[in-house]
Amino acid sequence: MASQSQETPAAVLSGVSKRYGERLALEQVTLRIVPGQVTALLGPNGAGKTTAISLLLGLVAPQSGEVQVLGGAAGSLAVRRRTGVMLQSAVLPDTLRVGELLRLVGSYYPRPRPLAEVAALAGLSAQLATPYAKLSGGQQRRVQFALAICGNPQLLFLDEPTTGLDVEARESLWRVVRELTGRGCAILLTTHYLEEAEALAQRVAVLVRGRLVSEGTVDEIRTRGVRSRIRCVSTLGVEEIRRWPGVLGAAREECWLDIETSSAEPVVRRLLAADPNLSGLEVRRAGLAEEFARITRKAA
Amino acid sequence: MTINIAHAQGSDARVTAAVAAATARIFLLEAHSEFLRLLRAPSFCVPTIAFPLMFYVLFGILLGPGRAHPEAGARVLASFLVLGTMAPGLFALGITLATDRERGLLELKRALPMPRGLYLAAKVATAMLFAAVVSLLLTVLAVLVAGVTLTLLRWALLVLMAVVGVIPFCAIGLLVGSLCKGSATPAVLNLIYLPMSFLSGLWVPLSMLPRPLSQLAPLWPSWQLAQIAEAVVGPAPVAAVPAHALALTAIAAACFGAARRALGRAR
Repeated sequence: MASQSQETPAAVLSGVSKRYGERLALEQVTLRIVPGQVTALLGPNGAGKTTAISLLLGLVAPQSGEVQVLGGAAGSLAVRRRTGVMLQSAVLPDTLRVGELLRLVGSYYPRPRPLAEVAALAGLSAQLATPYAKLSGGQQRRVQFALAICGNPQLLFLDEPTTGLDVEARESLWRVVRELTGRGCAILLTTHYLEEAEALAQRVAVLVRGRLVSEGTVDEIRTRGVRSRIRCVSTLGVEEIRRWPGVLGAAREECWLDIETSSAEPVVRRLLAADPNLSGLEVRRAGLAEEFARITRKAA
Repeated sequence: MTINIAHAQGSDARVTAAVAAATARIFLLEAHSEFLRLLRAPSFCVPTIAFPLMFYVLFGILLGPGRAHPEAGARVLASFLVLGTMAPGLFALGITLATDRERGLLELKRALPMPRGLYLAAKVATAMLFAAVVSLLLTVLAVLVAGVTLTLLRWALLVLMAVVGVIPFCAIGLLVGSLCKGSATPAVLNLIYLPMSFLSGLWVPLSMLPRPLSQLAPLWPSWQLAQIAEAVVGPAPVAAVPAHALALTAIAAACFGAARRALGRAR
């Protein structure tokens, strides 16, 4: 039963296109969100991330393609009862207190988590009697996160959840996200922080101008192109290095050379042989950030 | 076999009852939250509760017809009851809807598992509750201070009139809230509330207005409601009440329909 639920996606966009008037927001996008995993949806501003979430929430309908959520229609009451959501921008009523908001939204769900537990998970136990307007920006974001998890969802949408959070709050949110995926919850996360996607996500999908330009596990994406970055002080010519096998790019910044490579070792060997005076050698494994920058540059 | 069917029907009925109970609970909590939200907002409470009471004390009691003219006193009370009914409907729905729309709360509520109709039902219930509070306070003032005499039945009918009569103003508030920006909504609502109440003869008798303006009065829901209020307190004919109620129902239906279309377009 458990292995079957691993295979059946919690939500699917199949060949979905959405346009707003003349503007094409999404074009032929196919995306699967799997139980027990965080899928990070990345892309520059205006790439269509929020549109994808709106389609999965049933807030907008696609012009073509199919949207399936938890085996039902996106936005139906039965599906919404099993879904949690934290939108990028939703200001809650100023004068309501944190405890009142949690109780209200918890009442929408058939089997909500106990209020005290939600407050503790979101780090809001001391703020239950505080009106929403009196909270700091980070605390307000935590309330929105608490509302997203209060119904024990099987599918959770987090649209830029950690914007405005301090490091401690962000890490406690990450802990809750890991606990939820551990229990089989499927999570779709959009974020501007690539280290967040790297820390939380098992799968990554990159949208650029409404098209899905890359998709795979974090490791697959990370190692797809640039694998390492080499930095050193050397007088070697950039043009010459660019022609070396395994070099994907090279640039000079005053005395520093920056080299992007698919395989660091042969390039380092050749560098040391070509310039005996080379110094300050640094080799760094490329992260999601490098690949993301490469993908979005290429697609733009 | 028959036992199984009976059993299945019994469990179906239990499920239906459980769903109804859960929906009722959500509705009550939603309405309670909406009520607290507005009660704690002076920008709502002052114009909807304090202003009608203050104006009634000022124009209805201090500058009013006095205890020697109970019939005129009852008519003044009827006018202020209509004023006190208009404001909760217009402002409770208009301002909160425009704010919810602009700040993304409406979208969040659509994504949350709240049965969709409850959002509006809770807002209308809240407006009804505020209308009940204002009408109770006004009638108590009228009886205790202005010397208006009301039978228990008439008093109950006046409160009922306020509670039900708030609905067409909820519909207008909803329409404004679905069309206007949050910051513009209070201004637009005031531009409807004050001129409409003036043109309906709630501030000065219609006979004092220029004839073309006074002839337009039946267009305004506040005039229609005032005719019902006057029928309850005495001077106006009771036979005309169904026609006024029908006119109010038509206005409410038209505004609800237009608001629904406007909200659908915005999606």
